[in-house]
Amino acid sequence: MGIFNFLFSPNRNSAAVAKERLKIVLAHERASNSAPDFLPKLQKELIDVVARYVSISDQMIRVNVGKSGETSVLEINIELEDAKPATFIPPRRAIGTKRPAAQPAKPG
Amino acid sequence: MTGEGEDEPLAKVVCITSGKGGVGKTTTAAAFAAGLALRGHKTVVIDFDVGLRNLDLIMGCERRVVFDFINVINGDANLNQALIKDKRNDNLFIFPTSQTRDKDALKRQGVERVLEELKQQFDYIICDSPAGIEHGAVTALYFADAAIIVTNPEVSSVRDSDRIIGILASRSRRAERNEPPVELNLLLTRYDPGRVSRGEMLTVEDVQEILSVPLLGVIPESESVLRASNTGTPVAFDNESPAGRAYLDAVARFLGEQREMRFVKPERRSLLRVLFGRA
Repeated sequence: MGIFNFLFSPNRNSAAVAKERLKIVLAHERASNSAPDFLPKLQKELIDVVARYVSISDQMIRVNVGKSGETSVLEINIELEDAKPATFIPPRRAIGTKRPAAQPAKPG
Repeated sequence: MTGEGEDEPLAKVVCITSGKGGVGKTTTAAAFAAGLALRGHKTVVIDFDVGLRNLDLIMGCERRVVFDFINVINGDANLNQALIKDKRNDNLFIFPTSQTRDKDALKRQGVERVLEELKQQFDYIICDSPAGIEHGAVTALYFADAAIIVTNPEVSSVRDSDRIIGILASRSRRAERNEPPVELNLLLTRYDPGRVSRGEMLTVEDVQEILSVPLLGVIPESESVLRASNTGTPVAFDNESPAGRAYLDAVARFLGEQREMRFVKPERRSLLRVLFGRA
């Protein structure tokens, strides 16, 4: 029984579990801690610019920095509810080198 | 790098930091300062943990504290009134902190002025940081030229170290001024090679791979650390103990020497030792 426990106990390689968990959580935290200082300002200025052309509220623009493999991706989401049919061209959804193709913004 | 020549660069400010509490920052600050003093460098160790003074106890000078860091910052005392000279080594000085509850007493400009004054007298200024990532911890690392990241081979300590490494890279004075970055050193403490070999503890390589900071040393889990703190002796003065020797090795590496890593493999214990208790 003692030997059996020693060999097959789930705790036997807990260090490997610790390492995996750390790698995952730190990859996530580094991404969210590293860049976002300028994001609130960028978001505000984007709202100002877009608001000149269409009626838009604060919640309709979301700006994120994420990781896609080795590339950092700046993701800008602009939701248009009652888009005025102006000369306005909907912004692309993502700016990033590795994204295969940019998708148009969701219509409201 | 002794700062003796007139044109030598000024003293080096070294911050002992970790994010997490209880990993061995004060033990490391005391041992490191003692080790540098033993090597002939004039060294002062400053307690930045305002309100929770403990370095004085670890250094064994708690009954000699008259004036403290905050008194000097506020101009109530001068530097030489507050500095405590170690009785075991002439190169070693202790600068205790205050017991005030006002954590914001540590004003950045005041700290800068005191550090500049210390730089005229010392080769190394060791800053013992408080835990956390608040005002005190950021003040302790702000002026650093080098940092020693004290980490235990354990998930929460590694995560907090990662966080503090990010803060060193973005919020130190060197970062703000676009100067060469703070020199980072990883010190793994409370390492238990036996548990590592059984797969119960992160290995040195694991932690280094995750944090990717150059390894300064590995301090084994050792009974001598508690013994040293009981008696108020920096563990580096105990060169019989594994932890003391590991700290002296780390100091030598910090000064640019090559030293092989010791105490990272499980020790073979003789049957006699097992039967009659550990040395």
